[in-house]
Amino acid sequence: MNIEQLITMANQIGTFFKSSPDTEQAKKDIVMHIKRFWALSMRLQLIEHAQSNAGKGLEPIVKDAIIQHQALLA
Amino acid sequence: MSKYTDFGTPAKTSDNQITLEIDGTQITVPEGTSIMHAAMVGGVTVPKLCATDSLDPYGSCRLCLVEIEGRRGFPASCTTPVAEGIKVKTQTPKLADIRKGVMELYISDHPLDCLTCATNGDCELQDMAGAVGLREVRYGYEGDNHLKSEKDTSNPYFQFDPSKCIVCSRCVRACEEVQGTFALTIQGRGFESKVASGTENFLESECVSCGACVQACPTATLIEKSVVQHGVPEHSVTTTCAYCGVGCSFDAEMKGEQVVRMVPSKNGGANHGHSCVKGRFAWGYATHQDRITTPMIRKSIHDAWTEVSWDEAINYAASEITRIQAKYGKEAVGGITSSRCTNEEVYVTQKLIRAVLGTNNVDTCARVCHSPTGYGLKQTLGESAGTQTFDSVMHSDVIFVIGANPTDGHPVFGSQMKRRLREGAKLIVADPRQIDLVSSPHVKADYHLKLRPGTNVALISAFSHVIVTEGLVNEAFVKERCEIDSFEAWRAFAAKQENSPEALSETLGVPAEDLRAAARLYATGGNAAIYYGLGVTEHSQGSTMVMGIANISMATANVGREGVGVNPLRGQNNVQGSCDMGSMPHEYPGYRHVSDDATRALFETAWGRPLSKEPGLRIPNMLDQAISGSFKALYCVGEDIVQSDPNTQHVTHGLESMECVIVQDLFLNETAMYAHVFFPGASFLEKSGTFTNAERRISPVRRVMTPKNGFEDWEVTAKLAAALGYPMHYAHASDILDEIAALTPTFKGVSFKKLDELGSVQWPCDDANPAGTPTMHIDEFVRGKGKFFITEYVPTTEKVNAKYPLILTTGRILSQYNVGAQTRRTDNVAWHPEDVIEIHPHDAEDRGINDGDWVGIASRAGETVLHAKITERVQPGVVYTTFHHPESGANVITTDNSDWATNCPEFKVTAVQLTKVSQLSEWQREYKAFSQEQIGFVHHPKNEANV
Repeated sequence: MNIEQLITMANQIGTFFKSSPDTEQAKKDIVMHIKRFWALSMRLQLIEHAQSNAGKGLEPIVKDAIIQHQALLA
Repeated sequence: MSKYTDFGTPAKTSDNQITLEIDGTQITVPEGTSIMHAAMVGGVTVPKLCATDSLDPYGSCRLCLVEIEGRRGFPASCTTPVAEGIKVKTQTPKLADIRKGVMELYISDHPLDCLTCATNGDCELQDMAGAVGLREVRYGYEGDNHLKSEKDTSNPYFQFDPSKCIVCSRCVRACEEVQGTFALTIQGRGFESKVASGTENFLESECVSCGACVQACPTATLIEKSVVQHGVPEHSVTTTCAYCGVGCSFDAEMKGEQVVRMVPSKNGGANHGHSCVKGRFAWGYATHQDRITTPMIRKSIHDAWTEVSWDEAINYAASEITRIQAKYGKEAVGGITSSRCTNEEVYVTQKLIRAVLGTNNVDTCARVCHSPTGYGLKQTLGESAGTQTFDSVMHSDVIFVIGANPTDGHPVFGSQMKRRLREGAKLIVADPRQIDLVSSPHVKADYHLKLRPGTNVALISAFSHVIVTEGLVNEAFVKERCEIDSFEAWRAFAAKQENSPEALSETLGVPAEDLRAAARLYATGGNAAIYYGLGVTEHSQGSTMVMGIANISMATANVGREGVGVNPLRGQNNVQGSCDMGSMPHEYPGYRHVSDDATRALFETAWGRPLSKEPGLRIPNMLDQAISGSFKALYCVGEDIVQSDPNTQHVTHGLESMECVIVQDLFLNETAMYAHVFFPGASFLEKSGTFTNAERRISPVRRVMTPKNGFEDWEVTAKLAAALGYPMHYAHASDILDEIAALTPTFKGVSFKKLDELGSVQWPCDDANPAGTPTMHIDEFVRGKGKFFITEYVPTTEKVNAKYPLILTTGRILSQYNVGAQTRRTDNVAWHPEDVIEIHPHDAEDRGINDGDWVGIASRAGETVLHAKITERVQPGVVYTTFHHPESGANVITTDNSDWATNCPEFKVTAVQLTKVSQLSEWQREYKAFSQEQIGFVHHPKNEANV
């Protein structure tokens, strides 16, 4: 699947949750949202992108969330 | 034909009971009841013509006169309320004499053609002539009369024959009181009095063809043309309309298997005997010649279709799915259900995908309409559904309509809402466009917040700010019912200056003082209810807005009782139901996530197959993965993604990339043109099942005729499952509902038997609520404590610029439905033969565009051409169109932008430019050629006739 599309979607999710005053909670919420609503193949592709391409295009909070909670997301 | 007792005047409710005597019988009724109604309660029928219990009493026909002991004269029983201890006589020699004289006058100006009249045997005038014992008419036809008055047959569905009119005003009053359109009037005085539609004929008038006047008419003056054609029906079956999310109950009045007319059921919980032009009249598509009733297969979409037997089609589809899964893996296939399907059909389809194909790649058309509602309300209140009944609006003091157009999209509820507004409820409308509710006869919005498309969340932020900073929070409610931490975080967010009306006014394009005043009205005006539609959900922040709506309803305690609440107006008939039935890729029936071990174990045990714990692909994901090469087969039941989903070119590219597309539908719809297998579907008149409307009301769909394709749709899905090695042992749709009830807590008490007994029931229906739950969240929220969410406004990335300076927003109109596959195949095209582009006079002038010109509409996604309609309904900078006709290509120009949480497309905001053109767009020309080729591929009687 087009990674650009996944990056856009992940960043949109990040934009919603980063309003939370608790950044650590926001990261968890970002990952949990992706975990609950994205197919495994899409999640794996996103993790791969975060790892191999230094998460190019991902908002910092989204990239951090993916790296930090990778085990939860896979 | 009517199977309902007509009590003559509406029922009244009162704590005080009144006992009176009518014809020697003691009768007790609520205070305020008319003598006529009381008499009917006691089994005494009083002759009447101008009275019917759907309308307020009028007292004009003089047939219902009675005598009351101790009172002078002969009062009309319809307009005279009961009083304690009075003694009423309905039959005396004097009354008989008066009534006979009145009837004689009526009949003296009425054609005596009863034997050849279309309502012979179903005419109240005829009945009353018999009831009063009229035996002769002393006045001949020599004098002036109306017998040669010309018929108005302009309306495609009903005719108006003034020669048969008795000027009882029932039609005029129905138009006013029931429908609220005020299209009819009594013109002239005395002998010259006549019913008039304000223009030369009904078709060109303000009449919306709801049919309330036809239903109210006691003679053959206003009558369905289908009754004129077929005669009076001989039996009726109560079923549920297959159009919008109101879910009106109808009596299909039949002659054998021929529908003679659809009459809205008086007992219908959602509609109470009212209807719109679609439900009452636009059912002819069910027998339209375009119906495909024989299964078809083909290897390539560039091949002609081959008609095959059901077995051959089913086996071919099964073999293709098996082949593709063997070659590409089980995740390479998926299914799409539709909100046009019954609950039972959706249930068996998702069961097939999950249990038989072993994947959760199943989605539904709610993806592109109300998926943000499901997400947003689940997060905040705990349940993915509206909180009220439709009747709740009659207890509202403030009605806040956001991004919805009830009089067009949900017309029967729109009429009910207008009734409440005429009673004095206040109205706030937030919409970029001037919908009818903003200003229509006897209804005027107190505030029309004409916000810019895409700024909904800024609107709710401004409301939140006013509520929080002006002390309008109901602190006690919040403390008792909500999560305090989430509330405090939201309160701090809302209080920020950047969320003030003054700060957001420019963004919204709405004066700050109007925002403040409207927010105050919502928060302090009494019972305040929010009604919203796709103007809320179909945005990149659709889910955020739904949560924002829930936030302010909780903060002001406007949830959990009658008259208030959060009310999503669902677009199609079974949006709620299709979501309830587990048609989304991440959840089972009853909104339980697929990763929940206990729930998954429950379904694994019941279905006897291991199930995946991973969420599946959504519709746009399926298409994306098809283009990238990993998604290869689709089973699409009742949905037309090529026409209804955004970025048409992307959708068709996705379908073209698949190896097997199976479409099950009534017609060769736009998606079927990209299919390899076509399973003919059955119409709602040909099947049994249930629909669940916007108020969670589960209503029965009853089969009134044999399926022309041979099978109900659930049977086709079951056949496919069997061919894939998984027999489904259902004998009837009721067996499927029983399985749903056994596995879904909120449906636990639902069965066909219960629906037969109660008519309909609103879920949750369980041991604690055996008759259903009209109002939700009364004592506590479904999730326990209500949760507030911070809803920061984030402008859409779909921005206007010099190249695309206008914002296109889309919507629907009264006479057409969704992609139009049904309504375009009815006489409703008389009102909407094509989609047009609405443009403000200033924008039109800037571009040299005149009304009716061909206009090219270009966006970043594509280009199409429509005729221009210049109107001040849209504001400068905004243009508007509908998507009811495929050749319009409305979704050729919409983009892939979508809601952050659910991928619901951002249909409501597309940056475009308009230019005057002289020919169709390239896409339209290609579409026309492709469409004609595809229709030619069908071995169809119509095509053969054209050869």
